Amino acid sequence: MEWHVAVAQLRPKKGDYPATLAHLGDVLAQLEASDEPLDVLVLPEMALTGYFLQGGVAEVARPAEQFLDELTTLFRQVTHRGRPPLDIVIGFPERHDSRLYNAVLYATLSREEGRSIIHHVHRKIFLPTYGVFDEKRYVNRGRELTPFETRAGRVGMLICEDAWHTITGTVLALGGAQIVYIPVASPARGFTGAVVTNVARWHRLAQSMAEEHAVFVVTANLVGFEGGKGFIGASIVVNPAGEIMVQGPVGEECMLRATLDLDEIAIARASLPLLGDLESQLPDLLHALRHAASPHGEGGPP
Amino acid sequence: MNPGQPALPVLKARAQPPDAPELLHLNPALTTRWLEEFLRHEVTFRRGFHKVVIGISGGVDSALVAYLCARALGPERVVGIRMPYKTSNPESLAHGRLVTEALGIEEDTIDITPMVDGYLANDPEADGRRRGNVMARSRMIVLFDRSERFHALPIGTGNKSERLFGYFTWHADDSPPINPLGDLYKTQVWQLARYLGVPEPVVDKPASADLVVGQTDEADFGISYALADRILHYLLSGYPVDWLTRHGFSAADVALVKRRLDSTHWKRHLSTFAMLSSTSIHDYYLRPVDY
Repeated sequence: MEWHVAVAQLRPKKGDYPATLAHLGDVLAQLEASDEPLDVLVLPEMALTGYFLQGGVAEVARPAEQFLDELTTLFRQVTHRGRPPLDIVIGFPERHDSRLYNAVLYATLSREEGRSIIHHVHRKIFLPTYGVFDEKRYVNRGRELTPFETRAGRVGMLICEDAWHTITGTVLALGGAQIVYIPVASPARGFTGAVVTNVARWHRLAQSMAEEHAVFVVTANLVGFEGGKGFIGASIVVNPAGEIMVQGPVGEECMLRATLDLDEIAIARASLPLLGDLESQLPDLLHALRHAASPHGEGGPP
Repeated sequence: MNPGQPALPVLKARAQPPDAPELLHLNPALTTRWLEEFLRHEVTFRRGFHKVVIGISGGVDSALVAYLCARALGPERVVGIRMPYKTSNPESLAHGRLVTEALGIEEDTIDITPMVDGYLANDPEADGRRRGNVMARSRMIVLFDRSERFHALPIGTGNKSERLFGYFTWHADDSPPINPLGDLYKTQVWQLARYLGVPEPVVDKPASADLVVGQTDEADFGISYALADRILHYLLSGYPVDWLTRHGFSAADVALVKRRLDSTHWKRHLSTFAMLSSTSIHDYYLRPVDY
Protein backbone atom coordinates (compact mmCIF):
# COMPACT_ATOMS: atom_id res chain seq x y z
CA MET A 1 0.00 0.00 0.00
CA GLU A 2 1.22 3.47 -0.85
CA TRP A 3 0.62 6.34 1.57
CA HIS A 4 1.19 9.84 0.25
CA VAL A 5 2.57 12.27 2.79
CA ALA A 6 3.12 16.03 2.74
CA VAL A 7 4.99 17.87 5.48
CA ALA A 8 4.47 21.63 5.75
CA GLN A 9 7.44 23.23 7.48
CA LEU A 10 5.61 26.36 8.62
CA ARG A 11 6.51 29.75 10.03
CA PRO A 12 3.57 30.95 12.11
CA LYS A 13 2.73 34.62 12.52
CA LYS A 14 2.92 34.55 16.27
CA GLY A 15 0.20 36.38 18.12
CA ASP A 16 -1.92 36.48 14.96
CA TYR A 17 -3.89 33.24 14.87
CA PRO A 18 -6.27 34.26 12.04
CA ALA A 19 -3.30 35.20 9.81
CA THR A 20 -1.57 31.89 10.51
CA LEU A 21 -4.78 29.94 9.94
CA ALA A 22 -5.05 31.76 6.60
CA HIS A 23 -1.45 30.76 5.90
CA LEU A 24 -2.43 27.13 6.46
CA GLY A 25 -5.23 27.79 3.97
CA ASP A 26 -2.55 28.82 1.44
CA VAL A 27 -0.76 25.53 2.11
CA LEU A 28 -3.96 23.55 1.57
CA ALA A 29 -4.66 25.51 -1.62
CA GLN A 30 -1.17 24.72 -2.90
CA LEU A 31 -1.75 21.04 -2.25
CA GLU A 32 -5.18 21.24 -3.87
CA ALA A 33 -3.63 22.71 -7.00
CA SER A 34 -1.19 19.84 -7.28
CA ASP A 35 -1.94 16.72 -9.31
CA GLU A 36 0.03 14.51 -6.93
CA PRO A 37 -2.03 12.23 -4.73
CA LEU A 38 -2.10 13.15 -1.04
CA ASP A 39 -3.31 11.21 1.98
CA VAL A 40 -1.95 13.05 4.99
CA LEU A 41 -0.60 16.52 5.73
CA VAL A 42 1.78 16.76 8.70
CA LEU A 43 2.45 20.05 10.50
CA PRO A 44 4.74 21.10 13.35
CA GLU A 45 4.21 21.38 17.07
CA MET A 46 2.12 24.47 17.96
CA ALA A 47 1.87 25.04 14.23
CA LEU A 48 -0.59 27.93 14.22
CA THR A 49 0.27 29.72 17.45
CA GLY A 50 4.03 29.63 17.74
CA TYR A 51 5.80 27.75 20.48
CA PHE A 52 6.95 30.17 23.22
CA LEU A 53 3.60 31.35 24.56
CA GLN A 54 4.17 31.44 28.32
CA GLY A 55 0.87 32.39 30.00
CA GLY A 56 -0.57 33.22 26.57
CA VAL A 57 -1.20 29.51 26.05
CA ALA A 58 -4.44 29.84 28.05
CA GLU A 59 -5.68 32.46 25.60
CA VAL A 60 -5.11 30.43 22.44
CA ALA A 61 -5.82 26.90 23.70
CA ARG A 62 -9.00 25.35 22.31
CA PRO A 63 -10.81 22.02 22.55
CA ALA A 64 -9.88 19.54 19.85
CA GLU A 65 -13.47 19.56 18.57
CA GLN A 66 -13.37 23.32 18.05
CA PHE A 67 -10.01 23.03 16.34
CA LEU A 68 -11.41 20.34 14.05
CA ASP A 69 -14.30 22.63 13.13
CA GLU A 70 -11.89 25.45 12.25
CA LEU A 71 -9.76 23.13 10.14
CA THR A 72 -12.80 21.68 8.40
CA THR A 73 -14.14 25.14 7.57
CA LEU A 74 -10.77 26.07 6.10
CA PHE A 75 -10.57 22.77 4.18
CA ARG A 76 -13.96 23.42 2.62
CA GLN A 77 -13.01 26.97 1.70
CA VAL A 78 -9.89 26.05 -0.23
CA THR A 79 -10.68 22.64 -1.71
CA HIS A 80 -13.01 21.78 -4.55
CA ARG A 81 -16.08 19.62 -4.62
CA GLY A 82 -15.17 15.97 -5.00
CA ARG A 83 -11.89 16.38 -3.14
CA PRO A 84 -11.42 13.14 -1.16
CA PRO A 85 -10.92 13.40 2.59
CA LEU A 86 -7.49 14.43 3.83
CA ASP A 87 -5.82 13.29 7.04
CA ILE A 88 -4.01 15.93 9.04
CA VAL A 89 -1.47 15.77 11.86
CA ILE A 90 -1.14 19.16 13.55
CA GLY A 91 0.24 20.42 16.85
CA PHE A 92 -1.93 22.81 18.88
CA PRO A 93 -2.47 24.08 22.42
CA GLU A 94 -5.40 22.07 23.73
CA ARG A 95 -7.96 22.82 26.40
CA HIS A 96 -9.34 19.52 27.68
CA ASP A 97 -11.21 18.78 30.91
CA SER A 98 -10.35 22.28 32.18
CA ARG A 99 -6.67 21.60 31.68
CA LEU A 100 -4.14 22.85 29.15
CA TYR A 101 -1.96 20.56 27.05
CA ASN A 102 0.65 20.72 24.35
CA ALA A 103 -1.15 18.36 21.97
CA VAL A 104 -1.23 16.98 18.46
CA LEU A 105 -4.43 16.18 16.62
CA TYR A 106 -4.87 13.39 14.08
CA ALA A 107 -8.05 14.00 12.13
CA THR A 108 -9.63 13.30 8.80
CA LEU A 109 -10.96 16.44 7.13
CA SER A 110 -13.93 15.97 4.87
CA ARG A 111 -15.92 18.29 2.64
CA GLU A 112 -19.06 16.38 3.55
CA GLU A 113 -21.12 17.82 6.38
CA GLY A 114 -20.39 16.10 9.68
CA ARG A 115 -17.89 13.66 8.18
CA SER A 116 -14.67 15.17 9.57
CA ILE A 117 -13.51 13.03 12.45
CA ILE A 118 -10.92 13.03 15.19
CA HIS A 119 -8.93 9.80 15.30
CA HIS A 120 -6.66 10.67 18.18
CA VAL A 121 -5.22 13.44 20.32
CA HIS A 122 -1.76 12.84 21.74
CA ARG A 123 -0.84 15.03 24.68
CA LYS A 124 2.87 15.64 25.12
CA ILE A 125 4.30 13.43 27.83
CA PHE A 126 7.78 14.84 28.23
CA LEU A 127 7.49 18.56 28.88
CA PRO A 128 10.96 20.13 28.66
CA THR A 129 11.50 22.46 31.58
CA TYR A 130 15.12 23.46 31.55
CA GLY A 131 17.22 26.16 29.91
CA VAL A 132 15.11 27.97 27.34
CA PHE A 133 12.13 25.63 27.93
CA ASP A 134 9.46 26.11 30.59
CA GLU A 135 6.57 23.88 29.56
CA LYS A 136 5.64 22.34 32.90
CA ARG A 137 4.87 25.79 34.19
CA TYR A 138 2.14 26.35 31.61
CA VAL A 139 0.70 23.01 30.48
CA ASN A 140 -0.13 19.64 31.96
CA ARG A 141 1.68 16.51 30.97
CA GLY A 142 -0.04 13.85 28.94
CA ARG A 143 -0.37 10.43 30.59
CA GLU A 144 -1.08 8.17 27.65
CA LEU A 145 0.91 6.83 24.74
CA THR A 146 -1.14 4.70 22.40
CA PRO A 147 -1.06 3.90 18.69
CA PHE A 148 -4.36 4.20 16.85
CA GLU A 149 -6.01 3.08 13.62
CA THR A 150 -6.02 5.15 10.45
CA ARG A 151 -6.55 4.45 6.77
CA ALA A 152 -2.81 3.66 6.68
CA GLY A 153 -3.12 1.12 9.49
CA ARG A 154 -1.85 1.70 13.00
CA VAL A 155 0.24 4.78 13.55
CA GLY A 156 1.59 6.69 16.54
CA MET A 157 2.37 10.30 17.38
CA LEU A 158 4.99 11.91 19.59
CA ILE A 159 5.70 15.57 20.25
CA CYS A 160 9.26 16.88 20.31
CA GLU A 161 10.97 15.75 23.54
CA ASP A 162 8.73 12.68 23.62
CA ALA A 163 10.94 11.38 20.83
CA TRP A 164 14.21 12.07 22.69
CA HIS A 165 13.42 9.08 24.93
CA THR A 166 13.87 5.86 23.00
CA ILE A 167 11.26 4.11 25.11
CA THR A 168 8.41 6.08 23.50
CA GLY A 169 9.21 4.90 19.99
CA THR A 170 9.56 1.39 21.37
CA VAL A 171 6.13 1.54 23.03
CA LEU A 172 4.50 2.74 19.81
CA ALA A 173 6.23 0.11 17.67
CA LEU A 174 5.30 -2.66 20.10
CA GLY A 175 1.72 -1.37 19.94
CA GLY A 176 1.72 -1.89 16.21
CA ALA A 177 2.52 1.57 14.87
CA GLN A 178 3.89 1.48 11.34
CA ILE A 179 4.32 5.22 10.98
CA VAL A 180 5.40 7.58 13.75
CA TYR A 181 4.51 11.23 13.20
CA ILE A 182 6.53 13.72 15.25
CA PRO A 183 5.58 17.43 15.24
CA VAL A 184 8.54 19.42 16.57
CA ALA A 185 9.48 22.94 17.72
CA SER A 186 13.23 22.90 18.23
CA PRO A 187 15.12 26.20 18.59
CA ALA A 188 18.60 26.07 17.06
CA ARG A 189 21.67 25.94 19.27
CA GLY A 190 25.21 24.87 18.52
CA PHE A 191 26.88 26.59 15.55
CA THR A 192 30.40 25.19 15.80
CA GLY A 193 29.93 22.07 13.68
CA ALA A 194 29.18 21.33 10.05
CA VAL A 195 25.45 21.49 10.79
CA VAL A 196 23.46 23.01 13.65
CA THR A 197 23.91 20.68 16.63
CA ASN A 198 20.25 19.90 17.22
CA VAL A 199 19.55 19.38 13.52
CA ALA A 200 22.07 16.53 13.60
CA ARG A 201 20.57 15.28 16.85
CA TRP A 202 17.05 15.21 15.43
CA HIS A 203 18.13 13.31 12.37
CA ARG A 204 19.97 10.74 14.49
CA LEU A 205 16.92 10.30 16.71
CA ALA A 206 14.45 9.84 13.86
CA GLN A 207 16.73 7.57 11.87
CA SER A 208 17.52 5.41 14.91
CA MET A 209 13.84 5.01 15.76
CA ALA A 210 12.98 4.06 12.17
CA GLU A 211 15.88 1.66 11.82
CA GLU A 212 15.46 -0.09 15.16
CA HIS A 213 11.75 -0.78 14.79
CA ALA A 214 11.42 -0.76 10.99
CA VAL A 215 8.82 2.00 10.98
CA PHE A 216 8.42 5.13 8.91
CA VAL A 217 9.18 8.30 10.87
CA VAL A 218 7.91 11.70 9.78
CA THR A 219 9.10 14.85 11.58
CA ALA A 220 7.55 18.27 10.97
CA ASN A 221 9.58 21.11 12.45
CA LEU A 222 8.58 24.70 12.99
CA VAL A 223 10.65 27.49 11.40
CA GLY A 224 10.89 31.21 12.06
CA PHE A 225 12.19 33.19 15.01
CA GLU A 226 10.46 33.82 18.30
CA GLY A 227 12.16 36.38 20.49
CA GLY A 228 15.56 35.66 18.93
CA LYS A 229 15.17 31.91 19.11
CA GLY A 230 15.09 30.44 15.61
CA PHE A 231 13.47 27.09 14.93
CA ILE A 232 15.49 24.65 12.87
CA GLY A 233 13.11 23.17 10.34
CA ALA A 234 15.07 20.37 8.61
CA SER A 235 12.00 18.14 8.77
CA ILE A 236 12.54 14.63 7.44
CA VAL A 237 10.75 11.53 6.26
CA VAL A 238 12.67 8.36 7.14
CA ASN A 239 12.04 4.89 5.73
CA PRO A 240 12.15 1.63 7.73
CA ALA A 241 15.80 1.14 6.75
CA GLY A 242 16.60 4.38 8.60
CA GLU A 243 17.32 6.29 5.41
CA ILE A 244 16.22 9.88 4.96
CA MET A 245 13.82 9.96 1.98
CA VAL A 246 13.46 13.73 1.89
CA GLN A 247 14.72 16.56 4.04
CA GLY A 248 13.61 20.18 4.43
CA PRO A 249 16.03 23.10 4.54
CA VAL A 250 17.23 24.55 7.82
CA GLY A 251 15.23 27.57 8.93
CA GLU A 252 13.09 28.06 5.81
CA GLU A 253 9.50 27.28 4.99
CA CYS A 254 8.93 24.41 2.60
CA MET A 255 6.69 21.53 1.65
CA LEU A 256 8.03 17.98 1.63
CA ARG A 257 6.34 15.24 -0.37
CA ALA A 258 6.98 11.52 0.01
CA THR A 259 5.24 8.32 -0.94
CA LEU A 260 5.54 5.69 1.77
CA ASP A 261 5.44 2.12 0.49
CA LEU A 262 4.09 0.41 3.60
CA ASP A 263 5.15 -3.00 2.23
CA GLU A 264 8.72 -1.95 3.00
CA ILE A 265 7.99 -2.40 6.70
CA ALA A 266 7.52 -6.15 6.44
CA ILE A 267 10.55 -6.45 4.16
CA ALA A 268 12.75 -4.53 6.61
CA ARG A 269 11.46 -6.55 9.58
CA ALA A 270 12.13 -9.82 7.78
CA SER A 271 15.73 -8.90 7.11
CA LEU A 272 16.36 -7.43 10.57
CA PRO A 273 13.76 -8.78 13.03
CA LEU A 274 14.70 -6.58 15.98
CA LEU A 275 11.10 -5.76 16.86
CA GLY A 276 10.20 -9.47 16.88
CA ASP A 277 13.22 -10.18 19.09
CA LEU A 278 12.08 -7.48 21.45
CA GLU A 279 8.56 -8.89 21.61
CA SER A 280 9.88 -12.34 22.54
CA GLN A 281 12.15 -10.92 25.27
CA LEU A 282 9.54 -8.52 26.56
CA PRO A 283 8.42 -10.51 29.66
CA ASP A 284 11.98 -10.58 31.02
CA LEU A 285 12.56 -6.95 30.11
CA LEU A 286 9.31 -5.85 31.75
CA HIS A 287 10.44 -7.58 34.91
CA ALA A 288 13.78 -5.79 34.70
CA LEU A 289 12.02 -2.51 34.00
CA ARG A 290 9.79 -2.84 37.04
CA HIS A 291 12.86 -3.60 39.13
CA ALA A 292 14.79 -0.63 37.72
CA ALA A 293 11.82 1.68 38.25
CA SER A 294 11.52 0.71 41.90
CA PRO A 295 13.70 2.80 44.22
CA HIS A 296 14.21 -0.17 46.57
CA GLY A 297 14.58 -2.88 43.98
CA GLU A 298 11.11 -4.27 44.66
CA GLY A 299 9.92 -6.98 42.36
CA GLY A 300 12.87 -9.30 42.90
CA PRO A 301 16.17 -9.48 41.10
CA PRO A 302 16.02 -8.88 37.36
CA MET B 1 52.21 -15.12 27.58
CA ASN B 2 53.75 -15.28 24.16
CA PRO B 3 57.17 -13.66 24.14
CA GLY B 4 57.71 -11.63 21.04
CA GLN B 5 54.00 -11.06 20.55
CA PRO B 6 53.61 -7.43 19.44
CA ALA B 7 51.76 -5.25 21.90
CA LEU B 8 48.24 -4.21 20.97
CA PRO B 9 48.01 -0.78 19.47
CA VAL B 10 46.70 1.69 22.03
CA LEU B 11 44.16 4.32 21.04
CA LYS B 12 43.54 7.03 23.60
CA ALA B 13 40.34 9.05 23.95
CA ARG B 14 41.07 12.61 23.10
CA ALA B 15 40.67 14.90 26.06
CA GLN B 16 39.89 18.37 24.82
CA PRO B 17 42.26 20.75 26.62
CA PRO B 18 40.72 23.99 27.88
CA ASP B 19 42.82 25.89 25.35
CA ALA B 20 41.72 23.78 22.36
CA PRO B 21 41.36 26.17 19.44
CA GLU B 22 38.05 24.68 18.35
CA LEU B 23 36.31 25.35 21.68
CA LEU B 24 34.55 28.55 20.59
CA HIS B 25 35.28 28.30 16.88
CA LEU B 26 32.07 28.89 14.94
CA ASN B 27 31.00 27.52 11.62
CA PRO B 28 31.05 31.06 10.16
CA ALA B 29 28.92 30.37 7.08
CA LEU B 30 26.20 28.69 9.12
CA THR B 31 26.28 31.36 11.82
CA THR B 32 26.17 34.20 9.29
CA ARG B 33 23.18 32.68 7.53
CA TRP B 34 21.35 32.23 10.82
CA LEU B 35 22.02 35.81 11.96
CA GLU B 36 20.89 37.19 8.59
CA GLU B 37 17.67 35.20 8.93
CA PHE B 38 17.26 36.51 12.48
CA LEU B 39 17.58 40.11 11.26
CA ARG B 40 15.16 39.67 8.38
CA HIS B 41 12.67 37.96 10.61
CA GLU B 42 12.83 40.31 13.60
CA VAL B 43 13.12 43.56 11.61
CA THR B 44 10.81 42.94 8.69
CA PHE B 45 8.49 39.98 9.29
CA ARG B 46 7.92 40.57 12.98
CA ARG B 47 8.09 44.35 13.28
CA GLY B 48 7.39 45.56 9.74
CA PHE B 49 10.45 47.81 9.45
CA HIS B 50 12.43 48.09 6.24
CA LYS B 51 15.37 50.12 7.46
CA VAL B 52 17.80 49.95 10.37
CA VAL B 53 20.15 52.39 12.10
CA ILE B 54 23.41 51.33 13.70
CA GLY B 55 25.75 53.38 15.83
CA ILE B 56 29.09 52.94 14.03
CA SER B 57 31.83 53.38 16.61
CA GLY B 58 34.75 52.37 14.44
CA GLY B 59 35.07 49.17 16.43
CA VAL B 60 34.58 45.59 15.34
CA ASP B 61 31.20 44.94 16.99
CA SER B 62 29.27 47.68 15.22
CA ALA B 63 31.18 46.96 12.01
CA LEU B 64 30.11 43.32 12.11
CA VAL B 65 26.49 44.32 12.77
CA ALA B 66 26.60 46.68 9.80
CA TYR B 67 27.97 43.88 7.59
CA LEU B 68 25.28 41.47 8.77
CA CYS B 69 22.50 44.03 8.27
CA ALA B 70 23.75 44.97 4.81
CA ARG B 71 23.76 41.30 3.81
CA ALA B 72 20.38 40.57 5.40
CA LEU B 73 18.43 43.63 4.30
CA GLY B 74 20.52 45.20 1.53
CA PRO B 75 22.96 48.11 2.03
CA GLU B 76 20.35 50.63 0.93
CA ARG B 77 18.34 49.79 4.04
CA VAL B 78 21.15 50.41 6.52
CA VAL B 79 22.16 53.77 8.01
CA GLY B 80 25.45 53.95 9.91
CA ILE B 81 25.56 56.75 12.45
CA ARG B 82 28.92 57.97 13.71
CA MET B 83 28.69 59.85 17.00
CA PRO B 84 32.09 61.28 17.94
CA TYR B 85 32.85 63.26 21.08
CA LYS B 86 35.65 65.82 21.10
CA THR B 87 38.01 63.45 22.97
CA SER B 88 37.20 60.41 20.83
CA ASN B 89 40.15 58.90 19.04
CA PRO B 90 40.10 60.38 15.49
CA GLU B 91 40.94 56.88 14.29
CA SER B 92 37.48 55.74 15.45
CA LEU B 93 35.80 58.18 13.07
CA ALA B 94 38.09 57.13 10.22
CA HIS B 95 37.47 53.43 10.90
CA GLY B 96 33.73 54.08 10.92
CA ARG B 97 34.12 55.63 7.46
CA LEU B 98 36.03 52.53 6.29
CA VAL B 99 33.00 50.44 7.19
CA THR B 100 30.31 52.67 5.67
CA GLU B 101 32.33 53.10 2.48
CA ALA B 102 33.15 49.43 2.13
CA LEU B 103 29.46 48.54 2.44
CA GLY B 104 28.08 51.51 0.53
CA ILE B 105 25.61 52.25 3.31
CA GLU B 106 24.27 55.70 4.14
CA GLU B 107 26.40 57.50 6.68
CA ASP B 108 25.20 60.05 9.18
CA THR B 109 27.56 61.86 11.57
CA ILE B 110 26.32 63.58 14.71
CA ASP B 111 28.86 65.25 16.99
CA ILE B 112 27.64 64.60 20.53
CA THR B 113 30.06 67.14 22.06
CA PRO B 114 27.50 69.97 22.39
CA MET B 115 24.91 67.82 24.14
CA VAL B 116 27.43 66.10 26.42
CA ASP B 117 29.25 69.32 27.31
CA GLY B 118 25.98 71.20 27.61
CA TYR B 119 24.88 68.85 30.35
CA LEU B 120 28.30 68.53 31.99
CA ALA B 121 28.64 72.33 32.17
CA ASN B 122 26.41 71.97 35.22
CA ASP B 123 28.93 69.70 36.85
CA PRO B 124 32.43 70.22 35.46
CA GLU B 125 33.93 68.09 38.25
CA ALA B 126 32.31 64.89 36.95
CA ASP B 127 34.85 62.09 36.77
CA GLY B 128 35.72 59.97 33.74
CA ARG B 129 33.26 57.24 34.60
CA ARG B 130 30.33 59.64 34.78
CA ARG B 131 31.46 61.39 31.62
CA GLY B 132 31.67 58.06 29.82
CA ASN B 133 28.14 57.15 30.90
CA VAL B 134 26.81 60.54 29.77
CA MET B 135 28.44 59.98 26.38
CA ALA B 136 26.97 56.49 26.05
CA ARG B 137 23.50 57.70 27.05
CA SER B 138 23.75 60.68 24.68
CA ARG B 139 24.54 58.26 21.87
CA MET B 140 21.47 56.24 22.84
CA ILE B 141 19.31 59.37 22.57
CA VAL B 142 20.76 60.19 19.16
CA LEU B 143 20.39 56.63 17.88
CA PHE B 144 16.73 56.39 18.88
CA ASP B 145 15.94 59.84 17.55
CA ARG B 146 17.65 59.12 14.23
CA SER B 147 15.72 55.86 14.06
CA GLU B 148 12.51 57.85 14.31
CA ARG B 149 13.71 60.23 11.62
CA PHE B 150 14.63 57.43 9.24
CA HIS B 151 11.58 55.28 10.19
CA ALA B 152 14.15 52.66 11.04
CA LEU B 153 14.81 50.21 13.85
CA PRO B 154 17.94 50.67 16.00
CA ILE B 155 20.13 47.57 16.10
CA GLY B 156 22.24 46.73 19.13
CA THR B 157 25.90 45.80 18.92
CA GLY B 158 26.83 44.54 22.40
CA ASN B 159 28.53 41.13 22.45
CA LYS B 160 28.16 38.31 24.97
CA SER B 161 31.53 38.92 26.66
CA GLU B 162 30.74 42.51 27.53
CA ARG B 163 27.20 41.63 28.52
CA LEU B 164 28.57 39.02 30.93
CA PHE B 165 31.20 41.41 32.27
CA GLY B 166 28.66 44.21 32.66
CA TYR B 167 31.00 46.26 30.51
CA PHE B 168 28.43 48.63 29.11
CA THR B 169 26.30 51.55 30.22
CA TRP B 170 22.94 50.32 31.48
CA HIS B 171 19.99 51.44 29.33
CA ALA B 172 22.41 52.88 26.77
CA ASP B 173 24.47 50.42 24.71
CA ASP B 174 22.03 47.66 25.64
CA SER B 175 18.85 49.52 24.73
CA PRO B 176 18.15 48.69 21.04
CA PRO B 177 15.32 46.16 20.71
CA ILE B 178 17.27 43.78 18.47
CA ASN B 179 20.84 42.57 18.75
CA PRO B 180 22.41 39.89 16.56
CA LEU B 181 25.67 39.68 18.58
CA GLY B 182 24.29 39.14 22.07
CA ASP B 183 25.14 35.43 22.14
CA LEU B 184 28.57 35.76 20.52
CA TYR B 185 31.72 36.01 22.60
CA LYS B 186 34.16 38.73 21.58
CA THR B 187 36.56 36.19 20.11
CA GLN B 188 33.68 34.87 18.00
CA VAL B 189 32.89 38.41 16.87
CA TRP B 190 36.48 38.72 15.67
CA GLN B 191 36.26 35.38 13.86
CA LEU B 192 33.02 36.29 12.12
CA ALA B 193 34.26 39.80 11.26
CA ARG B 194 37.33 38.35 9.54
CA TYR B 195 35.16 35.84 7.70
CA LEU B 196 32.88 38.59 6.38
CA GLY B 197 35.74 40.82 5.33
CA VAL B 198 35.41 43.67 7.81
CA PRO B 199 38.38 45.98 7.08
CA GLU B 200 41.53 44.72 8.82
CA PRO B 201 42.35 47.93 10.72
CA VAL B 202 38.93 47.62 12.40
CA VAL B 203 39.34 43.95 13.31
CA ASP B 204 43.00 43.98 14.26
CA LYS B 205 43.10 46.96 16.63
CA PRO B 206 42.71 46.48 20.39
CA ALA B 207 39.07 46.67 21.47
CA SER B 208 38.25 49.96 23.17
CA ALA B 209 35.14 51.69 24.48
CA ASP B 210 36.94 54.93 23.54
CA LEU B 211 35.30 56.82 26.37
CA VAL B 212 38.64 57.76 27.93
CA VAL B 213 41.77 58.60 25.97
CA GLY B 214 44.01 55.54 25.50
CA GLN B 215 41.47 53.15 27.04
CA THR B 216 41.38 49.44 25.99
CA ASP B 217 38.91 46.77 27.11
CA GLU B 218 41.54 44.22 28.05
CA ALA B 219 43.50 46.74 30.15
CA ASP B 220 40.26 47.67 31.91
CA PHE B 221 39.51 44.00 32.63
CA GLY B 222 43.02 42.84 33.51
CA ILE B 223 42.53 39.75 31.33
CA SER B 224 42.49 39.02 27.59
CA TYR B 225 39.26 38.24 25.78
CA ALA B 226 40.79 34.99 24.54
CA LEU B 227 41.19 33.77 28.11
CA ALA B 228 38.09 35.40 29.59
CA ASP B 229 35.81 33.96 26.89
CA ARG B 230 36.97 30.43 27.65
CA ILE B 231 36.49 30.86 31.37
CA LEU B 232 33.04 32.38 30.79
CA HIS B 233 32.14 29.50 28.49
CA TYR B 234 32.95 26.91 31.15
CA LEU B 235 31.32 28.85 34.00
CA LEU B 236 28.11 29.32 32.00
CA SER B 237 28.15 25.63 31.07
CA GLY B 238 28.07 24.70 34.75
CA TYR B 239 31.70 23.77 35.42
CA PRO B 240 32.71 24.68 38.98
CA VAL B 241 35.69 26.89 39.78
CA ASP B 242 37.83 24.02 41.05
CA TRP B 243 37.32 22.13 37.77
CA LEU B 244 38.68 25.15 35.91
CA THR B 245 41.72 25.47 38.12
CA ARG B 246 42.38 21.73 37.83
CA HIS B 247 42.31 22.10 34.06
CA GLY B 248 44.96 24.74 33.71
CA PHE B 249 43.29 28.07 34.37
CA SER B 250 44.89 30.24 37.05
CA ALA B 251 42.85 30.77 40.20
CA ALA B 252 43.34 34.51 39.87
CA ASP B 253 41.98 34.62 36.32
CA VAL B 254 38.96 32.49 37.22
CA ALA B 255 38.26 34.62 40.30
CA LEU B 256 38.48 37.81 38.26
CA VAL B 257 36.01 36.56 35.66
CA LYS B 258 33.64 35.08 38.22
CA ARG B 259 33.63 38.27 40.28
CA ARG B 260 32.72 40.31 37.18
CA LEU B 261 30.03 37.84 36.21
CA ASP B 262 28.47 37.50 39.66
CA SER B 263 28.38 41.22 40.37
CA THR B 264 26.58 42.25 37.19
CA HIS B 265 23.45 40.10 36.96
CA TRP B 266 21.37 43.20 37.62
CA LYS B 267 22.70 44.84 34.47
CA ARG B 268 21.27 42.07 32.35
CA HIS B 269 17.74 42.67 33.62
CA LEU B 270 15.11 45.34 33.51
CA SER B 271 14.43 47.35 36.66
CA THR B 272 13.48 45.57 39.86
CA PHE B 273 9.86 46.27 40.70
CA ALA B 274 8.27 45.88 44.12
CA MET B 275 5.81 43.00 43.84
CA LEU B 276 2.48 43.61 45.56
CA SER B 277 0.03 41.35 43.76
CA SER B 278 -0.31 38.02 42.07
CA THR B 279 -0.52 39.75 38.70
CA SER B 280 2.95 41.30 38.95
CA ILE B 281 4.46 41.75 35.47
CA HIS B 282 7.26 39.27 34.67
CA ASP B 283 6.58 37.51 37.97
CA TYR B 284 3.04 36.25 37.40
CA TYR B 285 1.94 37.93 34.21
CA LEU B 286 4.28 36.21 31.77
CA ARG B 287 4.06 36.89 28.06
CA PRO B 288 6.87 36.50 25.53
CA VAL B 289 8.23 39.61 23.83
CA ASP B 290 6.59 38.76 20.52
CA TYR B 291 3.20 37.51 21.71
